[in-house]
Amino acid sequence: MKTREKLIVDGKRLDGRLPEQLRTIEMKTGVVTRANGSALMKFGNTIAIASVHGPRALFPRHLQESETCLLRCRYNMAPFSVDERKSPGPDRRSVELSKVIRLALEPTLFLEDFPRATIDVYVEILQADGSTRVAGINAASLALADAGIPMRDLVAACSVGKISGTLVVDLTADEDNNSEADLAFAMLPSKKKITLLQMDGILTKEELNKLLKLAKDSCEKVYETQKKVLKEKYKRVE
Amino acid sequence: MEELYTLELIEKGKRVDKRRFDEFRKVEIKEGIIKKAEGSASVRIGETEVTAGVKLDFGKPFPDSPEEGMLIVNAEFTPLASPDFESGPPGEDAVELARIVDRGIRESNCIELEKLCIAPAEKVWSVFVDIHIINHQGNLLDASALASLVALLNTKIPKLEDDKILRGEFERNLPVVFKPINITVCKAGNSLLVDPSFEEEKILGAKLSVCVRDDDRVCALQKQGNKELSLEDIEKMIDVAIEKSKEIRSLIR
Repeated sequence: MKTREKLIVDGKRLDGRLPEQLRTIEMKTGVVTRANGSALMKFGNTIAIASVHGPRALFPRHLQESETCLLRCRYNMAPFSVDERKSPGPDRRSVELSKVIRLALEPTLFLEDFPRATIDVYVEILQADGSTRVAGINAASLALADAGIPMRDLVAACSVGKISGTLVVDLTADEDNNSEADLAFAMLPSKKKITLLQMDGILTKEELNKLLKLAKDSCEKVYETQKKVLKEKYKRVE
Repeated sequence: MEELYTLELIEKGKRVDKRRFDEFRKVEIKEGIIKKAEGSASVRIGETEVTAGVKLDFGKPFPDSPEEGMLIVNAEFTPLASPDFESGPPGEDAVELARIVDRGIRESNCIELEKLCIAPAEKVWSVFVDIHIINHQGNLLDASALASLVALLNTKIPKLEDDKILRGEFERNLPVVFKPINITVCKAGNSLLVDPSFEEEKILGAKLSVCVRDDDRVCALQKQGNKELSLEDIEKMIDVAIEKSKEIRSLIR
């Protein structure tokens, strides 16, 4: 385990946050005007942008499902989003993340309402400073709502973890790289159902249960901002 | 039809093969079956069969860990194992499976990678774990993780002579200090079941894979499937996995 630095000094993290404090959240919808829906989400320095195309006809036709709509997701990091240039195109990590993001969003959609169609969700990470997949899910969920696609609930996501022996929320890249454990979490906030859960590191059962509760509380905070941003969008219509 | 029957039975608390919900199919482990590999194992869970081979080679260490060996896990869903598998580069499911197995091994610190340095910042041992699916009858992940672990446990480090690898001659065992066990738990109505068969996997959309170390600590989690879980479900699933991991670990020599 790599724990070379002291990541918590006098009860505060290196960026001055308290253990259970999220970074500044910024969200905005309608950032890609040619898409059916889109949104931008920032956790501090992490910037994710998501756009939704569809429901639209799926081609080639042999991919069409007669009873349901296909949900396709692509998670991609820009080459300039990290310290060492990331070579463009999908790597194993982004293949896995594209899959888990798709599964995190799927339970909220009524895919059976759009047979033979596809909904395409594209997530681009413009700047990566930890918690990129959860920022991507938050952006994607807002983009789906922005597209006016019927949803059971929004999807709110956050990361939690253990650094220098302390349980914290919303890890930066630095904290993630030197963490004892990190956990990515997404849920349908009003239904309190979890749709994404990934953890790596070493935790006791008790620590894990505490982290899950911490993640749930943090997602509720993210959810409040998501709702506010969506309401903002329709303000002008009044 | 088969799916409907499987689902009906599960709702009554029964399984097609008459197992209890917390019961694995018969687990058979064979070691050292590939003589050309530095370590190998074949695991059968019921009809599901997975072979894992470990090869060691030289590698250049990462700049941030100049004295640590490297671990590379790859999975091949060979088209012979299932009509659903296609040839070509690894698909999404194969990549995900390999990455979950990788995480369990890496995060549990079961291999002492710091003991695999040959020349700091220059040359270290790379441990390649390759997983081959031979027959897919469900629960590939638990079978793959177990096959990989057993293969690592019987892996020997080759001798070196003038900086060349002498294949077939060995200097020591690969330093493996923990036995992380992956247990996939599925939600079935209001109950939980382990070791899903191929048919059960098709109808149970909410799964959690939990990797547990010898000291009962959890070292990796991955929620799978397209259905959601509650916090209570997750807590119970972790309890089931911790309990079950002891039994599976006891099957390893």
